[in-house]
Amino acid sequence: MSVTVRIPGPLRRITDGVDKADVTADTLGGVIAELEAQYPGIQERILDENGALRYFVNLYLNNEDVRFLEGLSTPVKAGDEISIVPAVAGG
Amino acid sequence: MVNVAALRCKECSREYPIGAFNVCDFCFGPLEVVYDMDAIADIASRERIMSGPNSLWRYADFLPAEYNPLVDINAGFTPLIRSRGLAERLGLEELWIKNDSVNPSYSFKDRVVAVATAKALELGFETLACASTGNLACAVAAHAARAGMNAYVFIPSDLEAGKVLGAAIYNPTMIAVNGSYDDVNRLCSELADQYHWAFVNINVRPFYADGSKTLGYEVAEQLGWRAPAHAIAPSASGAMFTKIYQGLREFEQTGIIDKVETRMHCAQARGCSPIATAYKEGRFVIRPVKPATIAKSLGIGNPADGYYALKTIEASGGSAVIAEEHEVAEGIKLLAQTEGIFTEGAGGVAIAGLKRLVERGEIQPDEPTVVYITGNGLKTTEIVSDVVNPILIEGTVSAFEQSVGVKA
Repeated sequence: MSVTVRIPGPLRRITDGVDKADVTADTLGGVIAELEAQYPGIQERILDENGALRYFVNLYLNNEDVRFLEGLSTPVKAGDEISIVPAVAGG
Repeated sequence: MVNVAALRCKECSREYPIGAFNVCDFCFGPLEVVYDMDAIADIASRERIMSGPNSLWRYADFLPAEYNPLVDINAGFTPLIRSRGLAERLGLEELWIKNDSVNPSYSFKDRVVAVATAKALELGFETLACASTGNLACAVAAHAARAGMNAYVFIPSDLEAGKVLGAAIYNPTMIAVNGSYDDVNRLCSELADQYHWAFVNINVRPFYADGSKTLGYEVAEQLGWRAPAHAIAPSASGAMFTKIYQGLREFEQTGIIDKVETRMHCAQARGCSPIATAYKEGRFVIRPVKPATIAKSLGIGNPADGYYALKTIEASGGSAVIAEEHEVAEGIKLLAQTEGIFTEGAGGVAIAGLKRLVERGEIQPDEPTVVYITGNGLKTTEIVSDVVNPILIEGTVSAFEQSVGVKA
């Protein structure tokens, strides 16, 4: 099942400037593994050495912060949109 | 600038040249400005500061942007007031109120935006933008008006009328987003990748954030060149809180003041307290929350600088405190009715937090204490509208005496 991942500016060096990627997976963890297959090196920017989401990375599934869902185990379905967004200061 | 060396990732220490970036390409950690503290120590002095303008630009040697009169609407150098009524009520001998609600657009955000705008012009931007819980929108719109820049301000759709008007009057393009501040922020960080705009709290954040250091410098100067024993500040993202302490420490480091032993106390409201909750649970990992607080300027559920706020608490021997939602309005009223200062929700949280710290014995009566009041009450009148209850009478002396129950 294909989902769309929006790639933020800081990661576009790895994706050769591509700002959206379509990948097929069942869970968010699978999405990241699939992204890594397409763009080697991207996973270590998103996940720490223990395989957990890096502290300053926010992952959103259809506008919901995945920390409020099931984290990397959250299931995904065709047509879902995933955003990778750096943490931002207050206002 | 002689005093600015580079941008550096706070997490992995990779360095970047000065420019409009805020996130480390490698680990997504936030970038911050690195200063040449030796160069600053060589030129900075109390005399040099005191001969500067009566605004935050008196600390220009410590800031990452050059003073630019085109953007200056006199942010900063707000009053530090020795408390009498509130101090007496709380049993404190030396309580000071930093009244930052009297900035040009009525909150401390004028400090950060003054620096961000000056830097944005240096970097060649023509448009200022921000994601805001309200106060920042006011400050960005005001500074853009002064500087002749375009302004785009993004706010959550449920903001207080006073904040919406307080920004709209400067005629920015205002976008109200369905959702919370965190949703607005997310949208803006995606937009910042696509538009060549200076999003003050996104791509020029490292410079922006350092405007808050002046809250530390100023208090030290106004206390007669010393740091307080305690500082209490309301926190949303945790950036200001962290920078107040950095400011105090930089004054110590450059010999402007003696040793800093200030304990930093962070105040949040029950309905959005991710930093204070992590502190209580002894964690350095912030668990994001969905903001549900009456103190909307503190409604950031995913605080980007929360981790650093916790580090500041740890380094300074401070604490974090939670104000109950009903205490927010009580705090606003207490400050107004004991000191004549009308603050917004965040100030109510700070006062309620101060009260709790005193009750818990964290603050001893003889310890010099500063509470930061960062925004103006006229922007959040909804919170305290119940105080409006005039005695309605006919215009005669007898009606007055009868209704009010007094007699000459």
